Amino acid sequence: MTIWRLVMHEIRHRRLNFLLSLLGVAVAVGSVVAAEVLMSRERQVTNAILSRKQIEVEQTMTARQKDVAEAGAALQDVMRKTMRELGFNILILPEAQDLSELHLNGTLSETMPESYVSKLASTSIVTVNHLLPTVTQKVRWNEREIDVILHGTRGEVPILHASEKKPLLEAVPAGKMVVGCEIHRRLSLKVDDRVTFRGREFTISRLHPERGSTDDVSVWIDLAEAQELLGLQNLIHAILALECECAGDRITQIRAEIREILPGTQVIERYSQALTRAEARGRAKLAAEEALDKERQAGAAALESESASRAALESSHEQLASVLVPVGILSAAVWVGLLAFSNARQRCAEIGILRAIGLRASQIQRVFLTRAVLVGFGGAAPGILCGLILGQIFAERSELVPEASRLIDSGTLNIIAFSLVMAPVLSVVAAWLPAALVARQDPALVLQLD
Amino acid sequence: MLVELDQVSRTYPTQRSVVRAVQEVSLTLDAGQFAAVCGPSGCGKSTLLLIVGGLLRPDSGIVNVAGQQPYHLSPDARAAFRASQIGFVFQQFHLVPYLNVLDNVLAPALAVPHSDALDRAQQLLQQFGLSHRSRHVPAALSSGERQRVAMARALLNRPQLILADEPTGNLDRANAAGVLNSLKDFAESGGAVLLVTHDDDLADRADRVIRMLDGKIV
Ligand SMILES: Nc1ncnc2c1ncn2[C@@H]1O[C@H](COP(=O)(O)OP(=O)(O)O)[C@@H](O)[C@H]1O
Ligand SMILES: [Mg+2]
Repeated sequence: MTIWRLVMHEIRHRRLNFLLSLLGVAVAVGSVVAAEVLMSRERQVTNAILSRKQIEVEQTMTARQKDVAEAGAALQDVMRKTMRELGFNILILPEAQDLSELHLNGTLSETMPESYVSKLASTSIVTVNHLLPTVTQKVRWNEREIDVILHGTRGEVPILHASEKKPLLEAVPAGKMVVGCEIHRRLSLKVDDRVTFRGREFTISRLHPERGSTDDVSVWIDLAEAQELLGLQNLIHAILALECECAGDRITQIRAEIREILPGTQVIERYSQALTRAEARGRAKLAAEEALDKERQAGAAALESESASRAALESSHEQLASVLVPVGILSAAVWVGLLAFSNARQRCAEIGILRAIGLRASQIQRVFLTRAVLVGFGGAAPGILCGLILGQIFAERSELVPEASRLIDSGTLNIIAFSLVMAPVLSVVAAWLPAALVARQDPALVLQLD
Repeated sequence: MLVELDQVSRTYPTQRSVVRAVQEVSLTLDAGQFAAVCGPSGCGKSTLLLIVGGLLRPDSGIVNVAGQQPYHLSPDARAAFRASQIGFVFQQFHLVPYLNVLDNVLAPALAVPHSDALDRAQQLLQQFGLSHRSRHVPAALSSGERQRVAMARALLNRPQLILADEPTGNLDRANAAGVLNSLKDFAESGGAVLLVTHDDDLADRADRVIRMLDGKIV
């Protein structure tokens, strides 16, 4: 015969009270666990949503970064080409030359010594691939009764790229003539035709297609012949320095340096079509960078708003739980306490006789508290199980099903451990007062009721 | 002397007045004696019995049982004293309803654990003709059987004194006789019995009759 045996027999004897107590504990524990399962599911869903969103944002960013990288690469490519192949084209003119004449008529009137070319070439200030001295003047082709722009040029490499904006410059051998479109069309000229130009014989060496500029009304001959024809011996109108190999931002410096070497000149930049392309590329890269930046900000904002809305949802649920759960626990404690009280009252006579035959008050108390602990554990176990199942069912019904679903995460585990401790503790607390009252009651009071 | 009461009084406070249940009672009881306290209902017999049993503290007077003054002991020591020295038998049997006969008889062993408790219990059940009932709960027993279970329980810890409060009040003549014989046997084997009854015929069968009226011995 032991206290344990006494308790177990009593529980079997008064099943209803015990089962109702278990039910109270189970409902409280079950709701706590179910609430936690739901909230943990919610956390898991939140994490899944946020990490998916994060990945999306990162993917977009990667794409945008690729765009930027491509734009950058394209720009670099163009820049490299610009540097290598084109450089800058600058036009060196006498200082007195009115630029509007050049721009409006395509002709020049001010001159400078031809020796400037060799002077410039002998310095190593700028590396100039080609220095082309030219004379350019609008003259009357008397023999054909037509006005033309006469170019006299000299140089080693003809530059005749397909680009329309490029200067049409060609080192024309002596006695040969290159003709612009409008002129050869109007005069019905063909290659190898022999023509007389202001009393001099020339053979047509080349006909240019239409270019839509003053080139169309131009003819090109050897520099020396042109100088003679125009009476400008040893004088030139301009030096075109092609493909100056220098970085873009050095143009101002170069300008100053050239003016120092060749006093009384002005330097203008011409035909820097490659740069325009580079600028376009630069703008493209800038746009890509802006897009990347915008995307980054939008991604961050989207992530933040998603996380904020999830946090708001979670906290509203947590607030609800933080009210409902204590209320549930408290009512369960009251319920268990009332049942313990009713149990204690029923047992007055039996406790009286046990006291009379010599059981100590502490032993009587142990009888009640052992029972309370059993109520706690016995209610907690099915409560946890039901809580897990119900939480799961509710979670599925609310479509709270994360991809990698874990029924029991660390938070839920903590709640389970907490329940396993708190349920017996609360049950003992609830049973304490009635147990103490009955254990201390005077057995004589009961035994006198004969 | 096993029991010695000297000028013991006990009152019960009620709403209107104070009930003087026991007034300046002195008595002694030796080992081997079977004494009956007899008197009309309400004369204070049960109160006297509870005082002797260490269950009800008297307002005044000295109580000495088996060489100890139970009301000078701590509650736990007094409980242990009751468990080892006194056996109780009541009119209402006061068996624990959910324990079977054997466990009811063994209940005093919870207070004073001893290794031969089970043997002793089974021997007592045999002695009272209850062996075949040892697995039954009290509700399944007749009144006479229940009182015999209570007797066996009272004897488990080998007490020196049995206090019986109207033990035959709920029994038929045959069963009453059986209980009375058991008490006599106990007294003959060296124990002391204090039997409380309002039944003169029953009291007359004791070695000694103590008559009470209005809380006093007359
Ligand atoms: N707990 C109590 N409170 C108040 N009065 C009581 C109490 N117990 C007994 N009495 C009163 O004390 C007197 C003696 O009671 P009791 O000892 O039970 O007498 P008996 O056992 O002889 O019938 C009675 O008048 C009874 O009403
Ligand atoms: Mg009485």
